[in-house]
Amino acid sequence: MVMEYNFILAHYNYWAVMLLMAVGFYVVVSRGNLIKKIVGLNMFQVSVFMLYISIGKVTDGTAPILTGKTEVFSNPLPHVLILTAIVVGVATTAIGLALAVRIHESYGTIEEDEILVIDRTLEQQDARAQ
Amino acid sequence: MIIRLRNLFAVVMLSSVFSLLSAGLFVTLDAVDVAFTEAAVGAGITTVLFLGALALTGRLEKPVHGRQYIPLVIMIGLTIMLIYGTMDMPAFGDANAPAHQYVMPEYITGTEAQIGIPNVVSAILASYRGFDTLGETGVIFTAGVGVILLLRVGMPSRKRRKSDDPE
Repeated sequence: MVMEYNFILAHYNYWAVMLLMAVGFYVVVSRGNLIKKIVGLNMFQVSVFMLYISIGKVTDGTAPILTGKTEVFSNPLPHVLILTAIVVGVATTAIGLALAVRIHESYGTIEEDEILVIDRTLEQQDARAQ
Repeated sequence: MIIRLRNLFAVVMLSSVFSLLSAGLFVTLDAVDVAFTEAAVGAGITTVLFLGALALTGRLEKPVHGRQYIPLVIMIGLTIMLIYGTMDMPAFGDANAPAHQYVMPEYITGTEAQIGIPNVVSAILASYRGFDTLGETGVIFTAGVGVILLLRVGMPSRKRRKSDDPE
C-alpha cells in the first residue's frame, strides 16, 4: 500500500493520539505502583481529549464565539463533551488517589506485588488457623 | 520519561507539564474553553491531589525487575490496530466531516436567537445539554462523598480504634 503524502498529513493527528494512548495504557498495565498507574490513566484520558478536540477542528475555523461576522467555526460540540470529561476525570482521579491512600494505611505500601504477597500470607494464616 | 522515572514527585510534575502543554494544543485547535479548563483543572487541581496523595503514601517507586515484554508487545499490537482503525476517518480539519453535519449548525445559528450569548460552548453546556451538566455535577458530588467516606475525614475513630486493637 502506497501512502500518499496528503493522506499522512490528514491523519497524523489520530496516530499521535493513538501512540499517546498506548503509552498511557502501558504505564497502567506494566507498573505496580498505584499512584503511577493513576498518572498513566490521566495520560490515557488526555489522549482521548485530544482525539475529540482534533475531530472538532475545522481548517481556517476560529473558536466558537459569535462576533457578528460570518465566520467558520470549529465544532463546539466536542468541546462541551470534553469539558464534562475533564471534570469527571478529576473526580475519578480523586477517588483513585483516596483508594491508594486507604490501601497505604491498611497495608503500608502501594506496590501491587507487595500487597499481593501480604494478602497471600494472610490467607495462609487463616487457612492454618482453621 | 514519565514511564521510566522512579521518583514519583518528578512524575507528577512532568504530568502536570504535560497537561499544560496539552492545554496549549487545545488553544491551537480552537478549543479555548477546554484549554483553560485543562490548564486549571488538569494541571492545577489534579497536581494538588497527586501531591497530597504522595505526602500520605511516600514518593519513591520500587524498581521494576527486568523488562516487561508482554505489555510492550500488547501495546504495540494495540497501537497498530488503532492506527489501522483511523484509516477511514475523515481528514484532519475537513469541514465536510460527519461530525460537523448533524446538530452543530443548529447550535451555532440558534445560540444567538435562542440563548443570546456569544459563546456557543457555554450555550450548549448550560442550555442545550444542560442535563449532561447536571449529571456531571452528580458525578462530582458522588466522588466527593466517596473520597470523604474512604478517608473518613472528620471521624476521630481511626486513631482510637488502632489503639483499642489488642494486637
